[in-house]
Formats: sequence, structure tokens, C-alpha cells
Amino acid sequence: MSYEAIVIGVSSGGMKAMKIMFSHLPKGFKTPIIIVQHISAHSDSQWIQLLNGTYTIDIKEADEKEKIENGKVYFAPPNYHLLIEKNKTFSLTIDEPVNYARPSIDVLFESAAEMYKNKLIGIILTGSNSDGTNGIKRIQECGGLTIVQDPKTAEADYMPIAAISAIQPDYILSLEDIIKLLIKLDKQ
Amino acid sequence: MSEFEISSLLQAIYQKYGYDFRQYSEAHIRRRIMNRMSMSGLKDVSQIQSMVLKDETIASQLLQDLSITVTEMFRDSGFYKSLRDYVIPILKTYPFIKIWHAGCATGEEAYSMAIIMQEEGLYDRTTIYATDFNQQALNKAKEGIFSNKMIKEYTINYQLSGGKESLSSYYTSNYGNVIMNQSLKKNIVWANHNLVTDSVFAEVHLILCRNVLIYFEKDLQNKVQKLFYNSLINGGVLCLGSKEGLRFTDFYEEYKDVDKKQKIFKKKYQLANALEG
Repeated sequence: MSYEAIVIGVSSGGMKAMKIMFSHLPKGFKTPIIIVQHISAHSDSQWIQLLNGTYTIDIKEADEKEKIENGKVYFAPPNYHLLIEKNKTFSLTIDEPVNYARPSIDVLFESAAEMYKNKLIGIILTGSNSDGTNGIKRIQECGGLTIVQDPKTAEADYMPIAAISAIQPDYILSLEDIIKLLIKLDKQ
Repeated sequence: MSEFEISSLLQAIYQKYGYDFRQYSEAHIRRRIMNRMSMSGLKDVSQIQSMVLKDETIASQLLQDLSITVTEMFRDSGFYKSLRDYVIPILKTYPFIKIWHAGCATGEEAYSMAIIMQEEGLYDRTTIYATDFNQQALNKAKEGIFSNKMIKEYTINYQLSGGKESLSSYYTSNYGNVIMNQSLKKNIVWANHNLVTDSVFAEVHLILCRNVLIYFEKDLQNKVQKLFYNSLINGGVLCLGSKEGLRFTDFYEEYKDVDKKQKIFKKKYQLANALEG
């Protein structure tokens, strides 16, 4: 495991993409995955509980001060920004929305980039706004690996296109190939 | 920006202005400082540090950045619903009711509380102490004038929370703003109080402190929980934010759950006090 964490930003079309990803992650996948999925401020956490029962990997909402553990998938809670502290725990804030979003992908990515530097993988998937563009740029500046879903294969191509226009990512791949790459990197 | 640079800036702010952010969660502080630096066109922390010490305008901007004034009316409608269902019946048993809204920022949630108390017929015997250390936010709260941009969202929140009237009956619209009714303001006491450095000021029946403690490191959270514990009467109710809790504090055993999901807790009766009383 040469990378310590994976951060994923995803918006419209995201739930379908996430389900495909979870169903393909093998048992024993170690690298923690931290996800900002744009979601209504009024939604409760039941959808996460549903997801958690369905796949082999542990899926949960990130809690304040919670230690980030290997083998787990964390979602940012609705109506909070998610940040990462030096001691690899989560912080939550209710600061104003960024790019009309709370949780915002930029906020997670920028704080993860500071914390994990070149031990971080940042991924932008399907979505229809430009949240995440500044964040993936910051990940690249800090030496992390950057991956953007091939806009041709994304349900909503706006977010991947925005990311690609801001940086030259290390990889532009279909979702299936992103999953294969993550599995390969997890074993290294 | 290194940890050392951040802590030295926070130390300087504390010594010069008395505002103590030294035990705030670092990721949040770092983000806010970087925002301020990019907005002010500053390149490194030493620059902002010397400016903060010399220039009170920049200092005041940074203080606003570091303190969170983002809030909503009836934020988390499920919480307010539960408050009506489970906490109001407890409050009804008291001849007078004291509520402490700690970290009220610009006051939207204190007004929400006043609305509920009015609808439940309790407001005339209620005092709401709404406190914050951010005087600028407190002044805005006292005015009770809010932009109408968010009012649609607030109305949804209000309805989902079990509101009995129309939210628009509690304000008048004026040039893109809404002005909260005078009748809501009459029993709210707005006061400057800093959770980090100030102490107990009243004995209260209900404390609301939602989404304030998430910004604090564990030790500071614990210190503030002690302050709350000492401010609540026996059987008093503590309400925290939906992602906050007592589990990692010294006071986990001192409360019973009223609503676990909505983070509403009831202070257990202390035997010693009961005997004395």
C-alpha cells in the first residue's frame, strides 16, 4: 500500500457510480476511501446504512474526531464539510457552502492534500458542477496522484471536464479502469 | 504553512487580543487562515502575523474568519421536531424557564427557539440567554434583520420541524431583508460570553450548543462540557449538534439519552444535591 488514502469527489450520477465501485472492490481492500457525494441537506443517513449492508467493504458516515482506519469507506455527512487533521482523524465544519455545496469536494481535497501530501490519491467522477477542481489541483501541487473519470464515460461530464481543464491528471480513465487501477495500487 | 507557524500566529492573537483559538481543530484554522491570506494577497504566515499585530482591521477580519457565524433557522428540522415532542413537555413543568443558547452567532436559532416557545404558550415565562464571543455577530443577532435569500430554506425547515403557523407571520419583509417581530425579541438576552475563557453565569433548564464543539479539540470540548454540566439544573436538558456527542468526554455517564439520534441529553440527578436540596 504505497498510498495512505483515496479521496473521491462525485455529484450527479454519483450513487450509481459508487455502487459499481463498491461491488468491484475485493474483500481485504485496505486503503481507506473518503468520499464527498453532493447530497441534499435534508437527507438522513439511512442510505449509508443500506449501502453498508450490501457490500463486503465497511461503509459509514464520517464522525467528528473519528480515526481514519484501513479497509473502510467514509462518506461526508449531509450539510457538513469534512476535513482531515494531522493525526488522521476527521473534523466537521458548518462553514458556508463552497461552490454551492456543503459538503464540498474542494474542502475535503484541500485538507487531505495538506495532510497526506504524495501519499494521497484524488479522484473526480461524474458530476454537473465544478466543485473539486481547485481541490484536485491542490492534490497535484502537493504531490498526490490524480485521476479523473473519462468525461465520455461519465453520466454527467461537467465535473470531469472542469478538472481536466485545470490540470493534467495522471490518469483519465473509465470507471471500470479506475477501479482496476485502485486494486493494483492497493496491493503495492 | 507549518503547524508551528499556525500555533505562533494563534499565540500572538491570544496575547494581543485575548481571543483563544489555540485549541481549535487545526484543519479548520488552517483553511480559514489560507482563505484570508489569499483574499488579502498575502504570501506567507509571517506576513499575516505581523499585519494582525499592527493592523486592527486585518485582525478583526481574521477573528471573523476564525469564528463561525454560519447558521440557519430551524437547522436540522428533525432536531426541532424532537425538541417539541420530548423537551417542551419537560420545560412545561417549570414555573419559569431559562434557556442558554451557547454560540448563537447571528441568532437565527435563538429566534427559532423563541418561535417554538411562543407557539407552545411558554414564551412569557421564558428567558433565552443567547451568547457568543463574536460581538459583530451578536450585534447582527440583536437587530434581527436577515437576508431573505435563505427564507425559502428556512420555511421548509420550519414546516418539517412541526411549525404550527406560517413562518412569514414572524417577520416582515423589507427591501430584500426580513425583520424579525419585536415580540420574539422581548425575552432574549443577548450577551458576550466566550466558551473558551469565560465561566458559568446562570443556572438554566436547557442548553443548546449545536455545531460549536466540532471546532474544538478534545480537551477543550471536555472543558466546555464541564461548563455546561455546572450550568444545568438537575434534570436539565443539553442539546448538541447532529454529529456531536458526549461519548469522548468525562460526562458521558452523567446524562441520559432523550433522543439519541438528535443528540438530546438529560442531566441525571446528583445524589449529593438531592440530599442537600
